[in-house]
Amino acid sequence: MPTSAGVEACLPIRSDMDLVWVRQHVRQAASLLGFGLVEQTKLVTAASELARNTLVHGGGGRMDSARVTRNRAVGLQLAFCDEGPGIADLEQALSDGYTSGGGLGMGLGGARRLVHEFSLESTVGVGTTVTVVSWVSAPPRPREEF
Amino acid sequence: MSEHFDRPASAHVPVLRLGDVLLVTLQGDLYDSAAQQLQEDIGATIATSGVTGVVIDISGMEIVDSFLGRVLAEIAAQSSLLAARTVVAGMRPAVAITLVELGLTLPGLRTALNTEAAMDLLARTGPGSGDGPFAAGHP
Repeated sequence: MPTSAGVEACLPIRSDMDLVWVRQHVRQAASLLGFGLVEQTKLVTAASELARNTLVHGGGGRMDSARVTRNRAVGLQLAFCDEGPGIADLEQALSDGYTSGGGLGMGLGGARRLVHEFSLESTVGVGTTVTVVSWVSAPPRPREEF
Repeated sequence: MSEHFDRPASAHVPVLRLGDVLLVTLQGDLYDSAAQQLQEDIGATIATSGVTGVVIDISGMEIVDSFLGRVLAEIAAQSSLLAARTVVAGMRPAVAITLVELGLTLPGLRTALNTEAAMDLLARTGPGSGDGPFAAGHP
């Protein structure tokens, strides 16, 4: 049974070099917890998108990583926190193609599709926290119609 | 401790010239700034050397996020304006699955399964065959 060692961490997000550390930590943590290759790839990609959001839109912040359990399932929880301007319109921020920072607008909405659970808390002028969880060997997420 | 922490991140990506083709190999993890520098380097090298093709081997990349995906698409578009065609080679299946779920299918990007197939594709279609991302008929 995997333990929390190598999974629990609090990493700063202050530069594009920190994005590299975030990706490498999430890859290692997901591997330790027993995620398969495709799920690892999705988690690392989601973490990269969310960490970049924290850096670009939130002015920097941190990622907290933790092993979580529910019933007998084991999961990886990643929380991205910043003390930036916050998001006024959450619906708009999550929609594909919306961008306030010159990107493709795939960051939040795209990351949400790559994980099993996604929650976003934001207060204008206070900051934003995005928390995601994926479970090892969870049933496939239901697909939306194309 | 995992090997992942020991692998160096790339701060600079070399651009190699092989005849009429530039060969770029991305490996490990890439700083955003290195990806942007690469975009400039490729543009400058095409302009000075007059190559007609660019092959970007991403078989060493464990992930491609929307930032790197956008850089690849911009390199292809920019190369096309400079009369060179771009082929992205060797994408891992897990990366392809992830990019589709992310919503980033990069329709203007030409791909090949490996570098050899990419070189074949460039040699077969030849320069000026008009099938670049901005060719007529493309949405």
